Amino acid sequence: MSTNSTSDELGTSRVKRGLAEMLKGGVIMDVVNAGQAKIAEDAGAVAVMALERVPADIRSQGGVARMSDPDLIDGIIEAVSIPVMAKARIGHFVEAQILQSLKVDYIDESEVLSPADYVNHIDKWNFSVPFVCGATNLGEALRRITEGAAMIRSKGEAGTGDVSEATKHIRTILGEINALKGKSKDELYVAAKELQAPYELVREIAAAGKLPVVLFTAGGVATPADAALMMQLGADGVFVGSGIFKSGNPAQRAAAIVKATTFFDDADIVAQASRGLGEAMVGINVSDLAAPHRLSERGW
Amino acid sequence: MAGSATPTVGVLALQGDFREHIAVLRQLGADAIPVKRVEELERVAGLVIPGGESSVMDKLSRMFGLAEPLKAAITSGMPVYGTCAGLIMLADTVLDGIVGQQSLGGFDLAVRRNAFGSQLDSFETDLEVAALGDPPMHAVFIRAPVVETVGARATALASLADGRVVAVEQDNLLGTSFHPEMTGDTRFHQYFLAKVKAA
Repeated sequence: MSTNSTSDELGTSRVKRGLAEMLKGGVIMDVVNAGQAKIAEDAGAVAVMALERVPADIRSQGGVARMSDPDLIDGIIEAVSIPVMAKARIGHFVEAQILQSLKVDYIDESEVLSPADYVNHIDKWNFSVPFVCGATNLGEALRRITEGAAMIRSKGEAGTGDVSEATKHIRTILGEINALKGKSKDELYVAAKELQAPYELVREIAAAGKLPVVLFTAGGVATPADAALMMQLGADGVFVGSGIFKSGNPAQRAAAIVKATTFFDDADIVAQASRGLGEAMVGINVSDLAAPHRLSERGW
Repeated sequence: MAGSATPTVGVLALQGDFREHIAVLRQLGADAIPVKRVEELERVAGLVIPGGESSVMDKLSRMFGLAEPLKAAITSGMPVYGTCAGLIMLADTVLDGIVGQQSLGGFDLAVRRNAFGSQLDSFETDLEVAALGDPPMHAVFIRAPVVETVGARATALASLADGRVVAVEQDNLLGTSFHPEMTGDTRFHQYFLAKVKAA
């Protein structure tokens, strides 16, 4: 289809980060097959995220969670015209190579799947397709950006329907950015040491007052009010995983979350969007999860 | 508004990179506001429809009663500039839309969504734009649309090396497949603001 001429530059940082810029103010929905992808697109998703099982099922069924079957990803790409993202395991650069060869629009190197490498993340500069990565704090976000991530999502605690970790992580990241503002140069050296992140990047963020990439939030968003909360806290957009397809009426709930994300600052509209949605996903309180079952602690 | 030295311009803020457009317009001295309600639309003398996901903007604009007032504003001659998804929103005909996708229309064009393929085909390139003079504009195309048919009332402003049209104008309307709000080259925004001041 493409007939790019030789002077064109493909896969640049600007192009990679740029797609995430276009997703801002939107909702990215987890889907496991083409049927769900279609429902998500019809409900107003800005993109869909393909994965083998939604996080709630990964939790309840256990076992190793991996990249989706390429047939399912092809089916999803075929079914929708909005961007298709897909998850690869942390450090599993071959899954990422496969996803790039399938021409997904974004790869999520995700803690929701079982990590393939407990030491190294993927060197994301090696790819033309952009990556989104999870982070629980600013240092983690900056390490992922240093490795080439073109978009960050705060992790939250996937598959719980409990928004408290998502709240904690977005507040932490934005709070740590705020704390950098106004620091002098000598203080920024120390900040870089404490954040375990490159000084140049820390200085850039202190000057700009924001990350150089788009920051979405994820992990436990289950209601229109949850989505509006994330937006009011300063997220650029939201990922909704199990919250949609583990609820009583996915299509209606998905559309309601889209409305609440756009009109996050209008309580009347969020109230209206919250009416009559049927059952939300049952959910698990994060405090009831034993530490080894907390996905947000994967990745570092 | 009419008579005021710096007319208020809006950027449709339902979804997408509207903040970047607001920043560029403010940098050029315009009083720029986000628009997602009819009352906000009524305050502006010109509108930018940003990059983003056209199918989502279409749905939300119809759902919240903004589509009809937007169409009326376009018909009444309000200057409107659409980038990427915004260009799709302005086109009379949308090719490869999602099922049931509509556009505001007004621009005598047929525009194809995602005309280059997947994100791997997104690219940057230099583009000659005669209306803006030298130097060429550095243009960023992200899952971009192209203008497949330029109708009798519209004019092509720029084309790729292969001839595909990526910038267009028609009276009060301006459209680009690419994103000048991302590169710091403000000439298209200045061109749009000149239309607003002349209107």
